[in-house]
Amino acid sequence: MMGRTIFIDPGRCIGCQACVSACRECDSHRGKSMIHLDYPDEGHSVASLPTVCMHCEDPVAPCAEVCPADAILVTADGVVQQADTTRCIGCANCVNACPFGVPKIDLQAKLQMKCNLCYDRTSYGLAPMCATVCPTGALFYGTVDELRAERPGVQVADSFTFGDVVVSTGVAMVVPADKVQWPVPGGLPIVEVNGRAVDQADSDRGGGRRAGGMDGTR
Amino acid sequence: MSSRPLPLDPSIAPPGTRDFRDAGGIPADRWHADQNGETLVPTHCCFCGVQCGMYLRVDRAGKVFGVEPRNHDINRMRLCPKGINAYQQVNHPDRLTAPLMRRSRDEPFREVSWEEALDFTAAEVRRIQGAHGNDAFGLLGGASLFSEKTYLVGKFARVALKTRHVDYNGRLCMVSAAGANKLAFGIDRAGNPFSDILLTDCLLIAGSNVGECFPVMTQYLWGARDRGATLIVIDPRETAIARTADIHVALKPGTDAAFFNAVLHVVIEENLVDEEFVAAHTTGWDEVRAAVADCTPETAGDICGVPASQVVQVARAFAGAGRAMAWHARGIEHHSQGVENCLTVINLCAATGNLGRPGAGYGTITGQGNGQGGREHGQKSDLLPGGRSISNPEHRRQICEIWGIEETELPPAGTSMMEMVWQMQRHEIRGLIGICNNPFVSLPNYTTVKSGYDALEFHAQFDFFLSETAANAHVVLPVTTWAEDEGVMANAEARVVKHNKAQEPPAGVRTDTWVMCQLAQRLGAGAKFAYQGSRDVFEELRLASAGTVNDYYGITYERLEETGGIAWPCPSTDHPGTPRLFEDGRTAHPDGKIHMQVVEWHPPMDPYDEDHPMSLTTGRTVAHFLSGNQTRRLGALVEQTPRPWVEVHPSHGFRNGDPVRVVTRRGSEVFPALVTAAIRPDTVFIPYHWPVPTAANALTIDALDPRSKIPEYKVCACRIEAAERVDEVPAPPVAPGHVAYPAAQVSRTDPLPPTAPQGRGTAERS
Repeated sequence: MMGRTIFIDPGRCIGCQACVSACRECDSHRGKSMIHLDYPDEGHSVASLPTVCMHCEDPVAPCAEVCPADAILVTADGVVQQADTTRCIGCANCVNACPFGVPKIDLQAKLQMKCNLCYDRTSYGLAPMCATVCPTGALFYGTVDELRAERPGVQVADSFTFGDVVVSTGVAMVVPADKVQWPVPGGLPIVEVNGRAVDQADSDRGGGRRAGGMDGTR
Repeated sequence: MSSRPLPLDPSIAPPGTRDFRDAGGIPADRWHADQNGETLVPTHCCFCGVQCGMYLRVDRAGKVFGVEPRNHDINRMRLCPKGINAYQQVNHPDRLTAPLMRRSRDEPFREVSWEEALDFTAAEVRRIQGAHGNDAFGLLGGASLFSEKTYLVGKFARVALKTRHVDYNGRLCMVSAAGANKLAFGIDRAGNPFSDILLTDCLLIAGSNVGECFPVMTQYLWGARDRGATLIVIDPRETAIARTADIHVALKPGTDAAFFNAVLHVVIEENLVDEEFVAAHTTGWDEVRAAVADCTPETAGDICGVPASQVVQVARAFAGAGRAMAWHARGIEHHSQGVENCLTVINLCAATGNLGRPGAGYGTITGQGNGQGGREHGQKSDLLPGGRSISNPEHRRQICEIWGIEETELPPAGTSMMEMVWQMQRHEIRGLIGICNNPFVSLPNYTTVKSGYDALEFHAQFDFFLSETAANAHVVLPVTTWAEDEGVMANAEARVVKHNKAQEPPAGVRTDTWVMCQLAQRLGAGAKFAYQGSRDVFEELRLASAGTVNDYYGITYERLEETGGIAWPCPSTDHPGTPRLFEDGRTAHPDGKIHMQVVEWHPPMDPYDEDHPMSLTTGRTVAHFLSGNQTRRLGALVEQTPRPWVEVHPSHGFRNGDPVRVVTRRGSEVFPALVTAAIRPDTVFIPYHWPVPTAANALTIDALDPRSKIPEYKVCACRIEAAERVDEVPAPPVAPGHVAYPAAQVSRTDPLPPTAPQGRGTAERS
């Protein structure tokens, strides 16, 4: 079972951006929000969902994997930290590597910044600021058991497929109970390649490695 | 799923677990240099009626510099973006720090001493009252004030100014529900606490965009949904809570009463009435039953523009549930039949026996922080402290005894806020003091409001920022923010909570209490206003409310600090408070019954015609609050929602960001389009927090509900047409010598790419 982490539940999100404001208050990057709030169905619905850093594993987060300066360090409890300011060269490799589009580059400072799970708070056992204030529980911090105690029957996923690549994450996503499939298709569907339309079946192959489901079988 | 070690030994329930969170603790050795010597002052948010608990972080120099979530019973650590950023007002560069004064509106403001500003104000009061009578001077209060200050506003008007003309901006917010509650129950407050929502089987939310206006309340809605409760949302727009509701009734604005009458009709037709409850606890049922006999679902479907089947669905879901609750807000109250709309909801609850039980009941969600407390202590033109009526001789006698005045000295009832503006236009009111309100943005039909205020011979405003209204005044008196004084507020559940003082006010700033006492002294009523602070006023308020329906007598500051909040009525200091009303089956009427009222639907006051075929409705957006005088100055909130927009349906052929002119009979303005299928094709929506030339309230109609005098903000007739370009939002006014707002914003620009669409897709994206 997972440790204590963030669970993202888009079905509860109301798009209020409390998490965005709260993230600015976080002491490790005070004044800048590291949360991406997206409106996936704009023009049709007010649906929204927050994306925090997914703190990937398996075996190491893609952003840390491609960092030429070894600036992105991962702590023993699996938290992928934002770039070490003494090492980062602002090359943006991590930005390109992250399948969730999380890290940002401050071009003036030549520095990568991203969510580091409010390490100033979580290292002392407090919840991250975004999940603490989220009015609806769309961002929940705790263990999977605590989540289920609060929301009986909830289904979560922590592996996502991008083409042939499966990425396992430390942060988990709540998925509709009637649409469970492993791994969860991640990213946007590929609609054309080199000007040629690709049908849905091609882009959703996801035939790489099978990732584990909720029971921890991998 | 992968396993990962826990950061701390789980055997000792590390902080971060529910147990630790529930203890509300903060470790003493937090990893941050700022934490050295930091104090956390427990208080509540200054904004909406949910009244979330929060800690203000105060540094060693005694200045507020941040916010920390607080595990208070109401919000359980949660906050919305307004609450998170609220602390930034306290030491904001736009704060007024010296009284501003000018003898005519042609002159610029100059900073003057308190002595001079107060003397001039008192002299003007005496001059105007001497020449035109006491009632030529008016006082307008606000529902964001602490209850102590709202009590003082009412007393100051009647004892020091001796005028009948006192009212408050809750008149624009809550009074329809208040009127309906008084008529039906004899007591004006929500019947159940928020926590009851978690126990209900069917939750009906009428005219409330909970997700944006009361975000923290959403956790209760989702909690009910987690338990399998049916969620019904009545709203012309598919809001965040309507998006996933079981039943979303997207009715045409201004047709609520027709809809609820038809729902009651179906409840009767299908024998879903709780006959036993109705017989035991209500009066007027036979008349109501007869009145809805013709209100068929088909008729309502035609009026409301929804399928008749939805009426039946709602009736079966609500009446068929074991425990059902109805909550409503401004969406059904801001109408020329606002009181009646609320009465139809009460009729439905009463007919189905859903009152006074855990998970079954009725509530209205107050908009302003003290929307509930603000109308209990004599700020309203027709009420005295303790919810007493100013026209009841016995009530008058009781209050005169407490205030130490003769009954002949107590003025009669006055007029409502909008009516006072009309009286200013007619020169019946020539002088005005405004406290904690901003009618230039918040009242409907801006042209009328501006001409009324311009006609005043003398106008003073209390505020801590120079609001659009204050910028038009002769005297502006700089007063404290909520974090610089202590006092109580009552939230939407009628739970009285205490706000604590987190820092000393800046030099030159005084509390509203001090200013009113000083003015009273200069007007010769100093002996009756000898208060040292909020605590003294609260003691008098307790006595003034003792024995009434709104009984605060058992509530003390000490008890509030211990318990985190007590719901009134609380008649004695050992009484636990009353979180849920009607548990004993009795209302506050002498007969103990629910007085059901017959309601007939009538169309809105602004008629549709060929030139104005569509409905314009207005409301809030999550990042801003009321007139925006506070929130439009806080960088994060301005970044989130920099400007208003007009929400239009795709069928009109506009693209996102296109300039759209909205024309009503009061005027026309241009807004960028937010094209969305989440609104009815015959309706447009504009958020109202901005001043002209981007003000929704330049377009709205100043028609009033005859009973509650609430303006009909939520519906007027309009048309939309393509325009050339949108108007820029003007920067909020600042006092002379202060940094202009755009300059202050430059220093805040984020060099990083924006992370979220600005204002829900109103950026230049399509």
